[in-house]
Amino acid sequence: MVKFLLRRLTVAILVALTVLTLSFLLTRLSGDLAISIAGPSATAQDVEIIRQAYGLNRPVYVQYLDWLFRAVQGDFGDSYFFRDRVSNLIGSRLPITLTLGLIGLGLALIVALPLGIIAAVRENTWIDRSVMMVALIGQAMPSFWLGLLLMVWLGLNLGLLPISGTGGPEYYVMPGIVLAFSAIPSLMRLTRSGMIEALSSDYIRTARAKGLSRLSILVKHGFRNAAIPVVSIAAVQLGFMLGGSIVIETVFAMHGVGYLAWESISKNDYPVVQAVVLVLALIYIALTLLSDLLNAVLDPRLRTA
Amino acid sequence: MSTAILPGQGATRRLMRNAGFAIGALIVGTVFIVAILAPWITPYDPFAVNLDNRLIPPSFMEGGSAAHFLGTDQLGRDYFSRLIYGARISMIIGIATVITSGLIGTTIGILGGFYGGRVDDVVMFLITARLSIPVVLVALAVAGLLGSSFILVILVLGLLLWDRFAVVARSTTMQLRTLDYVSAAWCAGSSQMSVLLREILPNIATHLAVVATLEMALAILLEAALSFLGLGVPAPLPSWGLMIAEAKEYMFFTPWVILVPGIALFVLVLGVNLLGDALRDMLGTDLSR
Repeated sequence: MVKFLLRRLTVAILVALTVLTLSFLLTRLSGDLAISIAGPSATAQDVEIIRQAYGLNRPVYVQYLDWLFRAVQGDFGDSYFFRDRVSNLIGSRLPITLTLGLIGLGLALIVALPLGIIAAVRENTWIDRSVMMVALIGQAMPSFWLGLLLMVWLGLNLGLLPISGTGGPEYYVMPGIVLAFSAIPSLMRLTRSGMIEALSSDYIRTARAKGLSRLSILVKHGFRNAAIPVVSIAAVQLGFMLGGSIVIETVFAMHGVGYLAWESISKNDYPVVQAVVLVLALIYIALTLLSDLLNAVLDPRLRTA
Repeated sequence: MSTAILPGQGATRRLMRNAGFAIGALIVGTVFIVAILAPWITPYDPFAVNLDNRLIPPSFMEGGSAAHFLGTDQLGRDYFSRLIYGARISMIIGIATVITSGLIGTTIGILGGFYGGRVDDVVMFLITARLSIPVVLVALAVAGLLGSSFILVILVLGLLLWDRFAVVARSTTMQLRTLDYVSAAWCAGSSQMSVLLREILPNIATHLAVVATLEMALAILLEAALSFLGLGVPAPLPSWGLMIAEAKEYMFFTPWVILVPGIALFVLVLGVNLLGDALRDMLGTDLSR
């Protein structure tokens, strides 16, 4: 168990370092950063001033190591545009993105688990096929388009919810639904296949033979086993959802880190872009680690691996 | 094993009966042909601006004109013609991305699955690292830094979407590695390269085809999302995502402007996914993750 977790932890740290390096390289893609920051109307003198001010005249490896040591301590420098520390910006925007992600995941689980279980119990009936159809529709739905449709329908035509912006709980409903939609198909398919496998196993037959009630068999024996992969995928799915929140936050003008990144990309504010990529990647790495841990706790067979 | 890897006759019959496959093939086939024939079947030049004819509704709606089947956009460009050229963009992005990411992912995955040990550790590490990178964000950042273009979208998506190819190629290669016919090839004196290309690759190809459909659907959706956010295919190219972005300002007054390109996008992706699902059923394996 300890060995298994240590191994996973080592991999996670190595991946984190790789992502740190990649997010540094990302901003050097354009060649001369100073020219990009200065903008098209800048003179050669302006560019030189910027190069001095941001330390871009130092050798690249010095810049890299300097950035790395600061980033490890949570210092991502100053934003070029917002006149604030990048860490402050992210600190104030991250709660919005995390709240949205958790709402999306919660909604997705509420829909996906029951539907997945029903589909498995009624395998190969019209119920099963309708549930799989829902999964297909969810997979094919462009999230930004669904967002716009909800804005027109729920926001304008029915006047139920605010169309866009950042604010109280009502502002999270539509983005939450859109985000949930993107996670429902895979969670549902996984629940269904896990349940089908569990229901066809020997211990279920034994439970039936013992005369246990149908509900007890489904919940205690079936779902408990089917839930193992679902729980671990749910954690990973949350990571994907946070990464994908940039589209949804931009559509609904929610000022989370995704929106911050989008704003910063269009304003050439590289330290912010770099930091958002890094923070989202680190959250994902942490969530995968958590998922491995959950797996080990829930499924004793994995502890010796 | 052979039934799982190679579709038998029973599987083919099941496939023929599969309505999903038929619908999927119909959708993707139609879009493909329309995309190829675009210059010959469009009634208007998709780039021709006509400010006197702005936002005419589709012909089947009130106020529509028979001259413009799906109406016109905010610059008076024929919506139907732009939609048809948009099919071209989606198809090219989908296919080119799948070829790029398929080559990368398959190579990495086969190497990991075949050699195992240290090589496989590196492969697993690459896959883990790739999965931790937020795709949309990085694609947007790269487009923002280098300036968005059609080629850049293909390259960025191709370089980012190889993970599932690698996962599937790796696990299927691992299953095959120890089988008798591979050992037989070794005994017959085949080189490593020949075993990989002649024995392994053809037998994992169907599994990779399933992944290819999933990735193609994903690439089409991602291109639309990037273009929607203004950092994908640049205007005035009629990418469906860009059409939705341009129509967004008018959607509260004339909702059909976002419905037309959105439905096209939805139907195409649905078609590609239906094909993928039918292929997967035929193989009888679950590759959903």
